[in-house]
Amino acid sequence: MRLKHLALGLAVVTAAPAAAATAQAADGLYVPLFTYRTGPYAGSGIPVSNGLADYLNMLNARDGGIGGVPIIVDECETGYDTKKGVECYDSVKGKNPVIINPFSTGITLQLIPKAAVDKVPILSMAYGLSASADGNLFPWIFNPPDTYWDGAAAFIRHAADVEGGFDKLKGKTIGLVHLDAPYGREPIPLLQALAKDYGFTLKLYPVPGAQMQNQTALWLDVRRDRPDWIYLQGWGAMNPTAIKEAAKIGFPMNRLVGVWWSGSDDDARPAGAAAKGYSSLDINAVGSNFPAIQDIIKYVVDKGKSQVASKDKVGENFYDRGVMMAVLSAEAIRTAQKLTGKKQVTGEDVRRGLESLNITAAGWKALGLEGFAGPIHLSCADHNGHDAVALVQWDGTKWEKQPGMIEPIKDKVLPLIQSAAEDYVKANAGWPKRTEACDKSS
Amino acid sequence: MDILYKIFIDPFVQMGTAPDLLVQTLWDGLVAGVLYALIALGFVLIFKASGVFNFAQGIMVVFAALTLVGLHEHGVPAFVALGLTVLVMLVLAVGVERLMLRPLVNQSSIILFMATFGLTYFLIGAGQIVFGGSPKVMIASDLFLPSGAIEFKGLGGFVSLQKIDIAAVIIASVMVGVLAVFFQRTRIGRALRAVADSHQAALSVGISLEQIWVIVWFAAGVVAIATGILWGARSEVSFALQIIALKALPVLVLGGLTSIPGAIVGGLIIGIGEKLGEFYWGPLLGGGIENWLAYVIALGVLVFRPQGLFGEKIIERI
Repeated sequence: MRLKHLALGLAVVTAAPAAAATAQAADGLYVPLFTYRTGPYAGSGIPVSNGLADYLNMLNARDGGIGGVPIIVDECETGYDTKKGVECYDSVKGKNPVIINPFSTGITLQLIPKAAVDKVPILSMAYGLSASADGNLFPWIFNPPDTYWDGAAAFIRHAADVEGGFDKLKGKTIGLVHLDAPYGREPIPLLQALAKDYGFTLKLYPVPGAQMQNQTALWLDVRRDRPDWIYLQGWGAMNPTAIKEAAKIGFPMNRLVGVWWSGSDDDARPAGAAAKGYSSLDINAVGSNFPAIQDIIKYVVDKGKSQVASKDKVGENFYDRGVMMAVLSAEAIRTAQKLTGKKQVTGEDVRRGLESLNITAAGWKALGLEGFAGPIHLSCADHNGHDAVALVQWDGTKWEKQPGMIEPIKDKVLPLIQSAAEDYVKANAGWPKRTEACDKSS
Repeated sequence: MDILYKIFIDPFVQMGTAPDLLVQTLWDGLVAGVLYALIALGFVLIFKASGVFNFAQGIMVVFAALTLVGLHEHGVPAFVALGLTVLVMLVLAVGVERLMLRPLVNQSSIILFMATFGLTYFLIGAGQIVFGGSPKVMIASDLFLPSGAIEFKGLGGFVSLQKIDIAAVIIASVMVGVLAVFFQRTRIGRALRAVADSHQAALSVGISLEQIWVIVWFAAGVVAIATGILWGARSEVSFALQIIALKALPVLVLGGLTSIPGAIVGGLIIGIGEKLGEFYWGPLLGGGIENWLAYVIALGVLVFRPQGLFGEKIIERI
């Protein structure tokens, strides 16, 4: 009798979450958000998470979701810890997520082999594995609008422009100050290849996570080596510390350029005026003067449904970065709805939606985000776009966009991506061949 | 042969050819060392009084710095905010004694150690709820901490001393000195040592365990405020400051958990040693070595003195 009760109890306990998950998926578009609002990297994680969540919640409040189907926004706190991120993935995959944005290169690297098996598309917007831009070998992974290799290449083009041409890079020393983690190490192969091609010396300055706020010795190395340029690929508290230390040793700020993840307002603000001239690559506009962002304020922030600490945080660089992540997710879902004719789409449908994603300048305008970002056009073979990036410069109190856009050095980046993707597949025996058909629009 | 040259000859050649960089490295090491000593002191004070390794010291640094900056953000003048932060740390000390330590009197030290884990997570949660997770800028100028640098030309180059670093060295040295005298030379200091040896014996001679615990936790709280201000001014005030507290571990291994002079000397050895190691030998190993180099230095000492440089040699009857 007791055994029967126990069996019944177990059945109820195991069946209940499954039923709830199925119900959850049927009631809307389940979009889990892997965020980090706590821990050492929260400074970078919070504004992005706010923009991401607020835009999706605004779509729910203003439009009733996407195509009339509500979005189920479900945050899972990773603390920027790969192990916790994988736990988040395992906890949400049974709820039929239509898209996953891991918001960490380390987590993305762990999820790449799982995505094809679980039929969940991974959107690692401007982060993750550069090689995964190859859609033929990584049909489930998307990393628009630029890989880290595009970023590093755009930085080299910028340095060459300032120096007076690529030939002027010969004999120069270029340093990479990077977080000693998969994210920070990602641009190294590209920079090594470009160093060979253009004849500059590459110096690497790794910053272990535990030393994020204690970088004096590293910047003494910089003072000794006297690099002509420094590219900063930092995250969290590493960025403001690096900028302060650079100012401390008198490194010329206009020769310190950060990747787009080293360009938060909170990165430059602690150094204040001393950071004047520091530049960062950027992939989105800064500010809240866009109709869609005004809608976020109207429907979410003013209603007390946002987690932003104050209204003036809306429109900061990383907040808008989060909005951009949300826009790509939402538009992929919308495209999937158009392609399939279904409102309640699945992960497999959204993967097709991502491959057919095409946000033109007019498309951004229609979304209430005119000039917010460059056109984004993905295809079956190209899951990235390798688009031109902007350069923003800190004026002592805020970011100022610099004129013009910087194209990555595509003729150098694309062959490397191709060979790195092939190497990845070779190194992972049994990597599945692409069986997913390409849509006409992709 | 080349590698032997790079290890044994080249660093010393560099020291000779660029003495300005050697002096700069030693200065930066000294600053780091004094700040490590300050963090280690927080651990030592509590360990001496209760025999417990306070895992929460790192989050106390964050909590103190966030309280100070948070109060200032709400319009409280800087020095009033500083005073209120001291008060908050006193309340925390009383709370820890009443709610955590008192029910655990005479429990083994591992129980008390685990209790500090609980305190850590409580403070993380409380700090997150009250202040949020966004980084804040330390109010260094409002507290009249200097900015800018003093540059000395010479030695084949220049040596730059940041005024905030000079202030940090002075403040940390004064604090370490005052606390060392207070706990070594006063009645409370002797009572503290008695409590550390045996709770029951200390109680039997009329020492108030509760009072001693409040005093040391409060002192550790004040140390946390100073640490939070000085480290926060070098970077930002955020939960990442917790990681800095880990730098005290090799210092404690080296200096011994029970010795205030040990914390000071250990801090200086680790600070200067890791900066010299990172600067002159780090590039040979791809850089970023100072984090583990600190432990290597500490382990090197442990081989010869398992109790640390100044730790008490414990002899137990079997």
